[in-house]
Amino acid sequence: MAATQEEIVAGLAEIVNEIAGIPVEDVQLDKSFTDDLDVDSLSMVEVVVAAEERFDVKIPDDDVKNLKTVGDATKYILEHQG
Amino acid sequence: MNATNRTVVVTGIGATTPLGGDSASTWEGLLAGRSGVRPLDDERFADLPVRMAATAAVEPDQVLPRPVARKLDRSAQFALIAAREAWADAGYTGPAGEDTAEDGSALIDPDRLGTVIASGIGGVTTLLDQYDVLKEKGVRRVSPHTVPMLMPNGPSANVGLEVGAQAGVHTPVSACASGAEAIGYAVEMIRTGRADVVVAGGTEAAIHPLPIVAFANMMAMSKNNDEPEKASRPYDTARDGFVLGEGAGVVILESAEHAAKRGAKVYCEVLGQGLSADSHHIAQPEPTGRGIAAAVQNLLDATDLKPAELVHLNAHATSTPQGDVAEIKALRRVLGDDVDHIAISGTKSMTGHLLGGAGGIETVATVLALYHRQAPPTINVENLDDEVDADIVRDEPRKLPEGTIAAINNSFGFGGHNVVLAFRTA
Repeated sequence: MAATQEEIVAGLAEIVNEIAGIPVEDVQLDKSFTDDLDVDSLSMVEVVVAAEERFDVKIPDDDVKNLKTVGDATKYILEHQG
Repeated sequence: MNATNRTVVVTGIGATTPLGGDSASTWEGLLAGRSGVRPLDDERFADLPVRMAATAAVEPDQVLPRPVARKLDRSAQFALIAAREAWADAGYTGPAGEDTAEDGSALIDPDRLGTVIASGIGGVTTLLDQYDVLKEKGVRRVSPHTVPMLMPNGPSANVGLEVGAQAGVHTPVSACASGAEAIGYAVEMIRTGRADVVVAGGTEAAIHPLPIVAFANMMAMSKNNDEPEKASRPYDTARDGFVLGEGAGVVILESAEHAAKRGAKVYCEVLGQGLSADSHHIAQPEPTGRGIAAAVQNLLDATDLKPAELVHLNAHATSTPQGDVAEIKALRRVLGDDVDHIAISGTKSMTGHLLGGAGGIETVATVLALYHRQAPPTINVENLDDEVDADIVRDEPRKLPEGTIAAINNSFGFGGHNVVLAFRTA
């Protein structure tokens, strides 16, 4: 059963909270991982790996650079989840 | 700004050790003669020849927020905790450049601030743990933080980021002399005019089955698993090797002018360092103490330390049969009868041996001994080795004399590195 947009945002919020310590309610679609959520390029790799496991999706390294915001990541997962 | 032979003082101290989570509780533990050595109950250690260590009294991840701790090797966690304490103790309330005096000027400019924090073997537990992750969970799960966590300069770099150091961030590596060498390097940074303030010290976090087995197979470690608190016993006839410890000790070193200008509290002066190398064996101490004697002589030549004012030594004294005696022989060779008025403390009897962290926490102990005029005891000396021809402080702390007094701190490392640091009351 594929995850809904709300489920993906909630899941990403938990992941970002775990990795960067940002409160889950601050993780919104328009937020930039780097500028707003204290996720640097190394931590972004952790976010991606955790998201891949959670949502059964593969996010190749070349695509990671396009995932600037929570909205970008959510859209990508919605379109590619297994 | 260029200057040579500027006076360097200690204005802040911090530590997290097997005796306590800060410098005050560590000092209290040292004076009380408490052992920080504990059994290693985790099953990973069950079949090892050594099943004890001087583990940190306070787990670092209970002090640091999780998002910070998870990106730092344990050795960097210890260093950051000790550095934060030292930084605040020195009277700084924020990173360089952001911290201002009453007139609005910066208390310290970023380009006049350095860090020199060393460790003996760096992020060894990160390296080993991530290899386990690779084997058990696969390529994708190896942490992207692995390299910054395992690199030996990680603690110095992370502390540098914390305080905003831009004059230089360094990490000398010389096994168990690393922490002392870091402090000596920091003194030189200030002396030569490269910096006004340097955060300096040592850290280590190597309590893991592989380093323990590796040291044990060198016949370097005590195997007195039945009585862990008695295993580290420098100068005692029954000593059978060192006990591994973990933690960090950090000091804030500052040019005397800089400290005076901002009205900082001064613990003591750092007179300088004496260095040498044994050129004898990769791991065995040179039995006559020739290299150590050369380091002490180099210290006397390089500083205005007078042997008559030397009243305290925080000895390297790791509790190995050869090393403890070689150190005392070396002192006799250079200082002669002046050894008689030196109260010698082997604090590794309580903290265990923190390898690269030793020079850090023992500098903190030496600074506090001068500041409070008390030498900590050496515990577990039940039968003093006949070859130890010196005044070992045993069981109870020793009051040090009034007036101007000086102390030295010895650190020696595998590879034949000898570092002697000297301090004098301000």
